Amino acid sequence: MSGDDVWVLGIHMTKFGKHPDKDVVDLASESVLGALADADVTMADVDVIGAGNLMGASSGIGQQVQKQVGQTGIPVYNVVNACATGATALRVAYLEIKAGEAEIGLAFGVEKLAGAGLLSGGAPAAVSADGWTRKGRLGAVTGLEGHTGTSSMPGVFAQIGLDYARRYGGDFELFARIAEKNHAHSTLNPLAAHQKPMSAEQIMADVMVAYPNTRPMCSANVDGAAAAVLVSGERLKKLSPQQRRRAVKISASVLTSDPWQESCQVLPDVSTLTKAAARKAYAMAGVDPADLDLVELHDCFATAELVHYDNLMLCAEGEAVDFFNSRATWRDGATPVNVSGGLESKGHPIAATGIANVWEVATHLRGEAGPRQIEGARVGLTHVIGLGQACAIHILERSAA
Amino acid sequence: MTQTPASVITGQIPIVDYLVLRPEPHLRAHECASCAARYFDRRNACARCSGTRFADVDVPTAGVLSTYTIVTFAPPGVDAPFVAAIVDCGGTSVRGKLLNVTPAPGDIALGMPLRLATYSLGADSGGVEAIGYGFEPVGPPAGHQASTPAEGKEIR
Repeated sequence: MSGDDVWVLGIHMTKFGKHPDKDVVDLASESVLGALADADVTMADVDVIGAGNLMGASSGIGQQVQKQVGQTGIPVYNVVNACATGATALRVAYLEIKAGEAEIGLAFGVEKLAGAGLLSGGAPAAVSADGWTRKGRLGAVTGLEGHTGTSSMPGVFAQIGLDYARRYGGDFELFARIAEKNHAHSTLNPLAAHQKPMSAEQIMADVMVAYPNTRPMCSANVDGAAAAVLVSGERLKKLSPQQRRRAVKISASVLTSDPWQESCQVLPDVSTLTKAAARKAYAMAGVDPADLDLVELHDCFATAELVHYDNLMLCAEGEAVDFFNSRATWRDGATPVNVSGGLESKGHPIAATGIANVWEVATHLRGEAGPRQIEGARVGLTHVIGLGQACAIHILERSAA
Repeated sequence: MTQTPASVITGQIPIVDYLVLRPEPHLRAHECASCAARYFDRRNACARCSGTRFADVDVPTAGVLSTYTIVTFAPPGVDAPFVAAIVDCGGTSVRGKLLNVTPAPGDIALGMPLRLATYSLGADSGGVEAIGYGFEPVGPPAGHQASTPAEGKEIR
């Protein structure tokens, strides 16, 4: 283990779902204490905290959690990066270690979203008593949802999926079969919010949200938290054989934003920045997509998963449909994708997601995933997209120790 | 929303600044003088090349359907279902909704030719009518008439 590598020493996620009796501080604290226990360290050992809670972005969640688990005066970075918030918090801890400012870093993300409805896309205002009045950067006289298209998340990602379908193929049934796979995978994950298998027929017959995304093809709004303890390679050398054996190497940590593209002015482009992040991550880790034993990618909607097979170069360009049809992304396929059940069934407590996916991959690399273990997993990739946009990719490798 | 009788309409206002109603309804973009990137809102500098000079350009009213979704689950106050779309208007991507189509996948084809159309959002107490825009299939079935600001009626 090289001295300037960064490792996951401990990691934890709560059960995703409904936690009516716990607030965000309770959930985050549960996960932080879980990750510290898993790492076999205490708050006294931690040099820095990266923290995220999107819905309470101004609440200082990092310091709130310190008051529950240990106020040691260390620096706290409260970060916000849409659905990439948790991955960004993780990367802050990673960078502090890389910079030599910290030996042990803690990152966590937490969200309470159970019962939240449609995210984004506000209602249009009726004409006011003063008459039609121009507002905002577009001089809009009313809310634009339903007038100039849609900004609702299911609708945006539906359009992203059908744009791919126009160029390379894919249809409603194919997208439903992607959701069918993820729901099948979730049956083996006791921490998933939903563990019910669903056939493609059931999925297609369910409530339509934004064609072609029906309700079970959308990420589930749930409560949850995830936390990770990172350690420098140098410090890890001094830790116990047990800690070294269970440590998971972060072979690549990459964050990108969306470079200018013509159409991104009117529809978010989740592909260009994902491709850029993937290229950089594979180069940094010295890993080929074919080497990946499992991938947790950002299936915020079934339509997104197809596009990301291509963006992450799991298949040749434009061949995501054939790739899925080959069953490669099922848990017994060549490149298992979202064996956790993905956001569609595990759930998507936004700021927790970018650490929970690292938990899933790390658990397989440690050989501790129980009945859903991908046998012999040595290397895995996590991916999140935050609309706006941010893309974070982490490549993780099993300890050689 | 109160509909004021057409006889007392005193004027019209576009739903957004980038919709120009006269002489014929069309969209207008701010084009970077250096690299020709187009934006519908104001920019301090071009996101593509950092140029700071922009000129207004008219966007073609004819286009093809790049992608769409049929939104059936919408916030309160939004009429659903509606068809949200991205339309390629001669190389400029535009967002809008489809007008004069049945909101069903069988009636919408990716790549289909479209043209800009407008509809009324109603008039305020001063008689000012707000005008929205969308895109409708070129060559609607017999009996369909393209809506105009004057007719101000949206057919779905």
